Amino acid sequence: MNLRRWLACLRKGDWLLLLGLLAAVLSLAARQAGSLEGQAVIRAEGHVIAEVSLRLNRVIEVPGPLGLTKVEIHAGQVRVQSDPSPRQLCVKQGWIPPGGAAVCLPNRVSVENAALGYDTLNY
Amino acid sequence: MTRSTTDPLASPVLTLRASAEDRHVAALAAAAIGLSLAEAAIPLPIPGIKPGLANIVTLLVLYRYGWRMAAWVAGLRIIASALLLGQFLSPAFVLSLGGGLASLLILAFAIRLPHSLFGPVGVSLLAAFAHMGAQLWLVDVWLMPGGNLFALLSVFLGAAWLTGLVNGLAAVHLQHRLQAPPSAS
Repeated sequence: MNLRRWLACLRKGDWLLLLGLLAAVLSLAARQAGSLEGQAVIRAEGHVIAEVSLRLNRVIEVPGPLGLTKVEIHAGQVRVQSDPSPRQLCVKQGWIPPGGAAVCLPNRVSVENAALGYDTLNY
Repeated sequence: MTRSTTDPLASPVLTLRASAEDRHVAALAAAAIGLSLAEAAIPLPIPGIKPGLANIVTLLVLYRYGWRMAAWVAGLRIIASALLLGQFLSPAFVLSLGGGLASLLILAFAIRLPHSLFGPVGVSLLAAFAHMGAQLWLVDVWLMPGGNLFALLSVFLGAAWLTGLVNGLAAVHLQHRLQAPPSAS
């Protein structure tokens, strides 16, 4: 069987499924391309206390002068889950985009999403 | 399966008679088991990604003899090949069983899609994604809870796409060969 006869075996719905599922897989791969080797850099009092991969889901507790700051890593994303700071600015920031950072100033903790790749700062 | 037995009280020997359908299922399952064993010998880079060649047999049986026969052939293949490979009741067996059950469920629905629109390739793709989806779910919930599979999702689903397509095309090819007169093949 040559290629044309192979292609003739595919019906309209088959093409729809093939291309639709391929598009879904490729868009998933494209979305993950940057976050695959992402790291979160956690600092307390200005010193780096942890550089952790975003591959494993977990909650990291960071002690500060006001209490515990909880940093959550989930599905390749990182955020400040809870923090004793009065205005909760770093918690309200939500999931930190690649290259972004959340700073809990009163508790002197910062979390940076250090994704690999280029942005305007390190280009 | 129908088993006609002699009265066990009257005779100490219990005989199970295999019907013609039983023999047919056994022959088809044997073909599927052969493919399973053959592909177990192929070295593959990533655990969890296999061509799933035995599903070609399941697909052909589904089209020729219906879903019930396909379920028998797939079930026997899963259990027998696990026994032969020494994986029976191991995590690999549970994953294989989970994937097999999920793809059989999807096949029951997919075979009812209009045949003018969906051929074996589309049906095979749906089954491959159901198979992979159920296995990833099992790994995520039961085998490795907490491990982040999301990062590998695109790799596994890409593999499901490829194997679904290849197995579907193989099934189409074999269907043509089986329908054509022997001299033409």
